[in-house]
Amino acid sequence: MTKFIDLTLSGISSGAVDAAVALALVLIWRATRIVNFAQGAMLMITTYIASAIISSTGSYVLGLLVALACGLVMGAVVERILVRPVEGASPLNAVILTLGLYTVLVAVAGMIWGNSPRSFPAAFSLRGYKVGSTRLLFTPNDTFIVLTVVGVALLLGVMFRATSLGLRMRASAFAPEVARLLGVRVGRMLTVGWALAAAAGALAGVLVAPSVFLGPNSFDAILISGFVAAVLGGLDSPPGAVVGGLLLGLALSYVSGYEGSALVPMAALVILVVVLMVRPGGLFSTQQERRV
Amino acid sequence: MTAAVGLLRRHTLLRSLTIVAAVGLLLWLLTLGLSDYRNEQLARGAYYFAALAGLTVLAGLSGQISLGHGALMAVGAYTAALLIGREGWPVSLALAASVVTTGVVGIPVGIAASRLRGPYLAGATLALAVGLPSLADQYPSLLGGENGLTVNPPIPPSWLGSSFSLSRWEAWVAVLGALLVLFVLYNILHSGSGRSLRAVRDDEIAASLCGLRISRTQATAFVLSAACAGLGGGLLAAVVEQLAAKGAFGIQLSLYLLAGVVIGGLGSLGGAFWGAALLVLLPNWTNDLASSFSLSTNVSNNLPLAIYGLILIGLVLLWPSGIQGGIRAGRRSVSARRAHRRTPSSAA
Repeated sequence: MTKFIDLTLSGISSGAVDAAVALALVLIWRATRIVNFAQGAMLMITTYIASAIISSTGSYVLGLLVALACGLVMGAVVERILVRPVEGASPLNAVILTLGLYTVLVAVAGMIWGNSPRSFPAAFSLRGYKVGSTRLLFTPNDTFIVLTVVGVALLLGVMFRATSLGLRMRASAFAPEVARLLGVRVGRMLTVGWALAAAAGALAGVLVAPSVFLGPNSFDAILISGFVAAVLGGLDSPPGAVVGGLLLGLALSYVSGYEGSALVPMAALVILVVVLMVRPGGLFSTQQERRV
Repeated sequence: MTAAVGLLRRHTLLRSLTIVAAVGLLLWLLTLGLSDYRNEQLARGAYYFAALAGLTVLAGLSGQISLGHGALMAVGAYTAALLIGREGWPVSLALAASVVTTGVVGIPVGIAASRLRGPYLAGATLALAVGLPSLADQYPSLLGGENGLTVNPPIPPSWLGSSFSLSRWEAWVAVLGALLVLFVLYNILHSGSGRSLRAVRDDEIAASLCGLRISRTQATAFVLSAACAGLGGGLLAAVVEQLAAKGAFGIQLSLYLLAGVVIGGLGSLGGAFWGAALLVLLPNWTNDLASSFSLSTNVSNNLPLAIYGLILIGLVLLWPSGIQGGIRAGRRSVSARRAHRRTPSSAA
């Protein structure tokens, strides 16, 4: 029973990280109908930057903020320079482009920081809470992770629902031509979408780095589970991404705990394929199912 | 002469046999002149070609992109390594088993893939590339965990003489496998099934109106492509590197393969040749470059990867049809110019 509770709690924590990556993918998909396969590498770069800041200044908060800022800038630059030319072209071009970017970023990280993984500090203690005489696997740092991701998701929700920027972004995503006629600068909205997404990804990187260590290829699995979580949620809806992330985190945590951690990526693949076969529009789709 | 050319133009089988024989003869002469090191590289290029040819036919003909071919190569490699190492099978039978096993693994993947499109298919096959190799950690006693399985090197038959170079023999076997792939794929490309594949790629609705079964056609293409990747993997493990270890089949390999087919041009077997040549030679060139500029090991180890990535980005933005597409465009413009020159003279 303790094992089940432990797995559930750690599933919630890792699900929160998946949710953050899924949010990043969903924001970009909504804005440009592109799945950003470079997301894992982009958040890897910002996490390396955070690591450098933290080790030189000793301030975790400063490192996190710089990572977020770098994410914003990188997302905007990537959209403006690389992605703009392939928007609206065949989806294969966008896939190849983002994978090319992934490859370049992984290589650059290896050149600068080397290929061997290094440790990354956690914001809070990694010793589990004590309940009675048993020590749970859930740590104060996990609380921080879950609260941060939930906070960011709420913040994004408020931004989309209640601000004029959010309204313009939604308009650009759903009806670009009409939005343009009404004076919305659609191109700029797409750039903002990419920037916000990359910042959400940067957050996920800093949050997950203590548990996966920091290396050029450390975040490949996170990208996959983020993608699966986003598809679970329908790839179109930010709240769906959060719920999908939590569900996936729980499922993978049970697989890892009861069957072995090496099966986790395959389990994610199976979940992905089953969801795409049975409910291509995601678990919560109400409208007509989209052809995938 | 013109009669022979006409005959070749009409008969695909004859044409493919001529091409395979010509390429084979050329490579055979090449192996006699090359050093051991170069023969080793030729063998490596041959297994890359097998996998790239399968991938490029899939991407170019049925319009499906697979990022999971590195994992499919792993299936072929582990099959061959297990059968040779544990069961003592001869290399040829083990390679055939690699092809069959990977083809069988390709069936469910292909059925799933035939129902997915664009980024969904890319994501699912990427998950396969990340997930499948980690099974080696799940079953360490069978698959050897991180260290993988080693295979005894193939022995050149005794009639070649006892001093026959092992790497030349490796090159012969690997090139033979690549030629087989070339022969089969060339004939399929120029047959009715190749045409149905292209029809499905270009317009699924029109193709299904003509009575083609979309899903089955695409799934068959995937299985064929997987079998080629399996042969590539089998050649890698059993003949060339003599090792099947999960580290070799990570997401990097799938990205190398993607770079190879995109550089060569999607859908062209000639393109697969260019891609294979680049995958083998580029690490060499960057190593030379790194040592002549005395770059650090971190930089030189990652230089090929960076170049592949830059090429992928650059090609998508500037030259989406790849090397073979460029050659074809060049040829077309030359023949157009010739036709242009001919027209005024015939008019006069």
